Amino acid sequence: MKARVTVTLKPGVLDPQGAAVARALGALGFDGVGDVRQGKLIEIDLAPGPDPEGTVRAMCEQLLANTVIETYAIEILP
Amino acid sequence: MRTAVVVFPGSNCDRDIAVALGAATGRPPAMVWHKDTALPPDLDLVALPGGFSFGDYLRCGAIAARAPIMPAVRAFADRGGHVLGICNGFQILIEAGLLPGALMRNAGLRFVCRSQTLTVATADSPFTAGFARGEAVRMVVAHHDGNFAAPPDLVAELQDQDRIAFRYDGNPNGSANDIAGVLSPNRRCLGLMPHPERAAEPAHGATDGARLFASLTAALGRAAV
Repeated sequence: MKARVTVTLKPGVLDPQGAAVARALGALGFDGVGDVRQGKLIEIDLAPGPDPEGTVRAMCEQLLANTVIETYAIEILP
Repeated sequence: MRTAVVVFPGSNCDRDIAVALGAATGRPPAMVWHKDTALPPDLDLVALPGGFSFGDYLRCGAIAARAPIMPAVRAFADRGGHVLGICNGFQILIEAGLLPGALMRNAGLRFVCRSQTLTVATADSPFTAGFARGEAVRMVVAHHDGNFAAPPDLVAELQDQDRIAFRYDGNPNGSANDIAGVLSPNRRCLGLMPHPERAAEPAHGATDGARLFASLTAALGRAAV
């Protein structure tokens, strides 16, 4: 099975990279672009186990996300 | 004073800090590889050097903070040992949970490499005892991810406990409260983005950094932890 982890900055944490992307989109003529937040996508091949979501959550807490400034979302895929 | 420098793949200031510590203490530091699981005995100080450990993959310092040597560094700090993290070493200490907050991409998105004036925010630590509070000193900054992020309550706590060691005079990276270096609650662990070891000899253009190492040597003397 595969786990897909999305790590993004918490709401309220300034994202200078996202802000730069938003400005660049505006410069390209794309109107109506509001806030842009940049994050990371991490895909993990995982051997089948009893609690894949719990395992991946532990991975996020211990390594994949810095929970001081980041939040994460987990998808378990077949 | 006995010192050790931990070397990670991608460290690039390990020799610089070794020269500065050797000059201050009269004894070259032990160089410890990140895959080691124990520190040399009778150490007074462990230094984590600047650089780009593990290529800054995932987050700066994140992989290094989980290296095999780090449980020994944590145990050393827990029993009152002195730990100094400079630049990437500061990022590693934060990722390891030995210092609070986070270090994010510079607000201006650029790598900042320049001589930097700092204000000594406290002289109450073994690292800064040789400075005067409020004194302006010059060191060097060279980083892409030195934007110290801390919620307002953490900034207030650091201020109330006098744990801000240095502030930028002219903030180069967007750090909260102009914070350039912070101390642990027991004041024995210091992380800072500026490089004292690159401002330690006349040929460097500034020598204020050498005073940090002289402070440590004076404070720690021979007593080993």
